Parts: sequence; C-alpha cells; structure tokens
Amino acid sequence: MAEILLRVEKLYKRFGGLVATDRLDFEVERGELHALIGPNGAGKTTFIHQLSGALESDGGRILFDAQEITTRSLHERVRLGLARSYQITSVFRRFSVLHNLMLAVLARSGSSVRFWRPLSQEPALFDEAKAIAARVGLVGREHVIAATLAHGEQRQLEVGLALATDASLLLLDEPMAGMGPDESQRMIELIAGLKAVVTVLLVEHDMDAVFRLADRISVLVSGRIIATGAPEAIRANAEVKRAYLGDEGPA
Amino acid sequence: MHRSLTIAVLLLLLVFPLAAKHWGQLFYVSFAARILIFALAATSLNLILGYGGMVSFGHAAFVGAGAYTVAILMAEGVRSAWVSWPLAVLVSAAFALVIGAISLRTRGVYFIMITLAFAQMMYYVFISMRAYGGEDGLNLASRSRLGFGVDLADDLVFYYVVLAIAASTLYLLHRLLNARFGQVIQAIRENEARMEAIGFPTYRYKLICFVIAGGVAGLAGALIANQNSFVSPNLLQWTQSGTLMLMVILGGVGYLYGGVLGALVFLVLEEVLSSYTIHWQLGVGVVLLIIVLYARQGLVGLIAALAQRRTAGG
Repeated sequence: MAEILLRVEKLYKRFGGLVATDRLDFEVERGELHALIGPNGAGKTTFIHQLSGALESDGGRILFDAQEITTRSLHERVRLGLARSYQITSVFRRFSVLHNLMLAVLARSGSSVRFWRPLSQEPALFDEAKAIAARVGLVGREHVIAATLAHGEQRQLEVGLALATDASLLLLDEPMAGMGPDESQRMIELIAGLKAVVTVLLVEHDMDAVFRLADRISVLVSGRIIATGAPEAIRANAEVKRAYLGDEGPA
Repeated sequence: MHRSLTIAVLLLLLVFPLAAKHWGQLFYVSFAARILIFALAATSLNLILGYGGMVSFGHAAFVGAGAYTVAILMAEGVRSAWVSWPLAVLVSAAFALVIGAISLRTRGVYFIMITLAFAQMMYYVFISMRAYGGEDGLNLASRSRLGFGVDLADDLVFYYVVLAIAASTLYLLHRLLNARFGQVIQAIRENEARMEAIGFPTYRYKLICFVIAGGVAGLAGALIANQNSFVSPNLLQWTQSGTLMLMVILGGVGYLYGGVLGALVFLVLEEVLSSYTIHWQLGVGVVLLIIVLYARQGLVGLIAALAQRRTAGG
C-alpha cells in the first residue's frame, strides 16, 4: 500500500444555502499524479481553495504529511510543502522571470527579515531560480519581464513559481487554461517531467491531457468524489459516464 | 553616475552652510535643516506608501508622537538627546506597531480611512493633555543636549547634526530596500496574494515595514521639536499627513530620493509663493496637478526618464 500524502476527511463548505463541498473524502498517494475532474460547478475551485488554505472550511479535516493542517494559513501550508498554481495567471508581472522564481526560492531560504546584505550578493538564490527556469522550459527567457512573455510562457512561469517553493505536493489548477494545441503539448510534457520529482494534484478540463498524464483520477460531482481509480477504470465507470463524461466521453 | 551625483549633492550640503554663514544668511541654514527633516519624514512615508504599497493617511501621528516624546521628556527635565531621541523613535514605533497591527488587516480605502482615524484619535489625545499645553502646545526650554561640546542651539551645528542623521538614515533605508527585506516588501506591493502562495507571511512583513517607517517618522518628529523649540497638536493634524503625502507624490512614489526632492520642492514653493500671496497652496496645487497629469512617477521619475532618454539618444 502506497503512503498517503494528503488525506481529506468529511470536508465541508457551504455558501449560504449552497453546499459547495459536501463531506468530501479524498486521498492523494505520495509520488502519484492524481487528476481531479468534474463538470462545471462541481465544486473544484472551492475544494482547491480549501486545500490550499485560501478558504476556511466549515467542517472536516485535512491531513498533509501526517499533520493536521485544516486551520493552517495559506503561507504555513506552503512552508509545510503544499503549494499551488493558479488558473488565472498570477505572477509578478513587472519582474523578470528569474526575479519571479528567485522570490519563491527566497521564501524557503531562511528568514527574509534581513536588512543589510544586498540580495544581488546572494548568487545561490539565483542559481536555484535558474535551475527552476530550465525545469519549466524557460531557458534563455530568464531576463524577460514576466508581463511581456507569451501566454504559454506565462503559464509555464505560473507552474514554475509553485515548483520553486520545493513543495512535496503541487496543486496545479488548470495549467492548460487558455492554451493553444502547441502550448498544451508543451505543458503536458512539462508536467510529465514533474512526475518523477513531486506529487501532483492536477485539476484540468483538457481530458486528453488528464488521461495521458494521470496515474489515478478522481471525479468530483456536486461537492463529492463519486469515483476514484486508474484512467481505464474511470473511463469504464458507468456512474462517471452518466454524471460527467456523457456523450463527449473520450474515445 | 548615480553614486557620483549622490556624492556631489552631499558635498554641496556640507559646504553650503559655510558659505551662507560667510555672507550672514543663516536663515537659509535653518531652512535647509527644515527641508532635511521633512525629507526624512516624507522618506519614511515613502517606505510604506511607495515601496510597501500601503497608503497610510495618518503618518503625521508618528511624527507628532516623536516630537511630543522629546517635548514631554524635556518638560520633565530630561534634556539629553541620547535619551529622548531614541525614545522618540521607540514611542513612535510602538504606536506604529499597535496602529499597524489593526490597520493592516484592512485594504485599500479602508486602510486609508483607518490610519486617518487613528491619527485623528491621537490628535485629540494630545489636545486633551492639559498638563502638556493642550491645544496651545508646549514650549521646549531648550534644544536637546548632545554633549561632547556640540551645542545644538547653534543653528549651524544643528544643521550638521540633522544632515548626518538624514544622510545615514537614507543610507540605511537604501541598504534595507536592496536587501531581502526590501525586495520582499516590494514584491508584496506587486502581488500580495502570490507572495502568500509562495510561502511568505505577508502581514508580518508589512507590519515590520510599517513599524520601521513609524520609527523613522518619530526621529523626524524629535528633530522638528528641536528645531521649532515648540510642539503642538497641529503636528498630528491630518493636513500634516496630507502634506507628507504630497511631498512623496511630488518627488516620486517608490523612489529613494522621492521624499527628499518632494520635501525640497514643496517647502521651497511654500517659502517663495507665500511671500507673494497667502493663497500659496493654490500654486502648490497647480504644480501637483501638472505632476499627477504629466509625470506620474514624480520629479525623480521624470529626471530618471530624461536621463535614460539622453543615454539612449547619445
């Protein structure tokens, strides 16, 4: 039995009369690439916000790396090794690629309440940032200002920022959002390359990408996980077909 | 080029009072000291407003707290600058800690309003302090004592002490802004949510920044109390916070020398225009309008852009 890295128990969230996360149980094993799919309005975004710490839960527990993190803040969870990327690109637009990644490296390199030594004299930080840039396919683009990158490159930087935190679990929230076929292909290769180094929870609409990348897939419908399993099993699951894949199910 | 300009300005600031004294124009020395003190206060506001992205509308409260600390200690018989000036910094920093801890939980216009509200509360606290002059303010028996034969009552000496403090504080802030801490607060200004998401406790960093700015403002306040030999609640009034903000916007939000140039231009404008008309603020308003409309980055930003164009063109 593989080690459980993330365990979610009876997680609950309601907005007024609407139950967005309905006593949800969920597990991610260490080392796997776990995809989370579900129709629009299933509660994926709410669930991701609860996992990352951007949104407080109304009930249930989240255990990460055998620690309870249900009430931990977003930045504390990152320090424990649970980092996320955003569906809507949120990088430091006026800073260079390298500066962006360096900030994420900085966050885990001791206290930054330091007032004297110029940051430019800490080359180790920039070396690590360069390595991350290479990892997400931004070699040769390190000194470009983030805002002037192509859309696909900005998405790569978005994933790079999460990766640079050195997290043990990455929540990738629709990394292919708004991408053309070529860019998607590059992102799929990038994520495939991450599988060896980090556990990934991938939320994605692109079914082609999901079925190519995932070790296991969970299906979220109406705030609950209705099925979890290997891609073939999910493909064959009648309940999933009915609830989600419908007519446009993958061939 | 940047460094040589700094050195040239510093040399000018060192030599000019001697020339002024030679021609018997000591008034200009006092005026220059006043500019330097306000440069310090405006720079401390620029640290949170320009670099930290926290638009505080209550900065005069910290200046006033520092000034009153010196004045009250003086009234109680403590004249040593070595005691009262550091205490002024600590008292203002402590106020900034309490006010910041609460205010920084809000954002945008609410942050502006809550810092303003706190400053007004402090303004009324000092008005109600009858023992220390209340509304009428409080005269200082003398300027603080530095010892070592340095007599602050001499305007020339006072000027050099102010210059030393302003220059070294600016240098410290320059170091801070390029070190980890400064880079973190500037990144928080750019994208606070993402800073959280890569693992920074942003609230803590902002609060530390707010406290440092408060402390520096307190130091400026201690110097103002000394220069005027008088403090009054007016120091804490919201219009004073507005003046500091004007200086920062005039000079350049988020530029190290923004507060300095802003204080210089504002006070010179005030001095020159007020000799012609009591409506001098109209003139300042016109200049501010021009800056806001045509040079958003303030005077330092404008100069930097012109210099860049010249290098690019030549």
